[in-house]
Amino acid sequence: MGLQGYGWLLLDGAKLTVLVGLCSMTIAIFLGLIASWGKLTSARFARGIANTYTTVIRGVPELVLILLVYYGVPTLIQDIASAAGADIIIDLNPFTAGVGTIGFIYGAFATEVFRGAYLAVPRGQIEAARAMGMSTALTFRRVTLPQMWRFALPGLGNVWMVLIKATALISVIQLPELMRNADIASRATRMPFTFYFAASILYLLITVASMLFQQKAESWANRGVRRS
Amino acid sequence: MGLNIIWESMPRFLDGTLITIQITALSVIIGLCLAVPLALMRVAKNPFVRGPVYAFIFYFRGTPLLVQIFLIYYGSGQFQNGLSQMGLWPFFREAYFCAIMSLTLNTAAYTAEILRGAIQGVPWGEIEAARACGMSGALLYRRIILPKAFRLAWPAYTNEVVFLLQASSLVSIITLMDITGVARVLAARTFAFYELFLTAAVIYLVLVYGVIWAFHRIEHRISAHLRAAPETTESIGRL
Repeated sequence: MGLQGYGWLLLDGAKLTVLVGLCSMTIAIFLGLIASWGKLTSARFARGIANTYTTVIRGVPELVLILLVYYGVPTLIQDIASAAGADIIIDLNPFTAGVGTIGFIYGAFATEVFRGAYLAVPRGQIEAARAMGMSTALTFRRVTLPQMWRFALPGLGNVWMVLIKATALISVIQLPELMRNADIASRATRMPFTFYFAASILYLLITVASMLFQQKAESWANRGVRRS
Repeated sequence: MGLNIIWESMPRFLDGTLITIQITALSVIIGLCLAVPLALMRVAKNPFVRGPVYAFIFYFRGTPLLVQIFLIYYGSGQFQNGLSQMGLWPFFREAYFCAIMSLTLNTAAYTAEILRGAIQGVPWGEIEAARACGMSGALLYRRIILPKAFRLAWPAYTNEVVFLLQASSLVSIITLMDITGVARVLAARTFAFYELFLTAAVIYLVLVYGVIWAFHRIEHRISAHLRAAPETTESIGRL
């Protein structure tokens, strides 16, 4: 293929990209569930926090947030600590900073997906569950959540597609994922086009695989639904 | 917190903001001009017209923008000789040109896909009615399909423009001094990381919600005929 022995470096990078993607997506789903509860609850304080979260995150570029977390947060904590008289040094590693930030950002997008999915569950079913004597938590676990997945899957699939492409930005803080390794290989061989193109094809393969998986997952989630 | 640093770097941030707006506006405008013919080709019946456009859209939507930027800016170096012979090297050497080019192609692909969905979403009855009136081909597209498609596509297009405005922060990686670029250079010099990146974040926030507000105003205008007529009590009085 003419990759001069750097093919494995790219594949290793692709593996890390997928790992970063999966970890971030887990965080995003978790945050999304919590924040969507915050948006739908009648508690004004929780609603305020959830709304601020989605509003701010969707208005600031990912790159700025990654740089802010990776470089800004350690210095901020150190400044606060030194003002309090303590002297600490904090070093975030690129994996934690990257996964945390990407998960935090896409949690805001997952929030909207879950909010829509919750609202799509027919009211009557929740009322029926309450009438059967189920508590709020039990209703959520038995009636709402299983159906929410069905409504949320297309949206979550979109979030995943955007998220996996956003992981390329973590290369800026030197995490050796696909983009960073393509960078290293292209500098070493002086063949930038070849390696960036190879990297883009790997991203494309991840996207195609995700699309196929999404189709399977959606048909699985809709297995109990009558089709016209 | 170093409020001084933020205040002193304001002129630089202002320059950066102008660069960000300039790059975004140029890419949005050129991208839209490319997207309309691309969308029309995408819905064509001829597979030789539809196929290549589908591949272009699939590639640019399926890969990260950062790869596309690097492919054009650094990747062109691999073909320096060929590009020099064609007299194109002076363009590809410039980060500014490469940034505009990659952002334009990227947004053209996304916008073409949005427009495709909108064109196919135009109600069949309207097209039938237009045909019954004797319109066909270019006239049908110009008078009926495209205006309707633009209205249908507007909310999604708003998102796309906002996305592009944020994505333009990536041009700082290829040395351009947009908002993010200014923050990175100043932060590396002064070590005031969180002050400067927070300032950058606030500027983006203002720009993004400004764009959203402006686009909603336009949406309100172009959908005026779909709303109920406003209460006109005074006209009754005049009777």
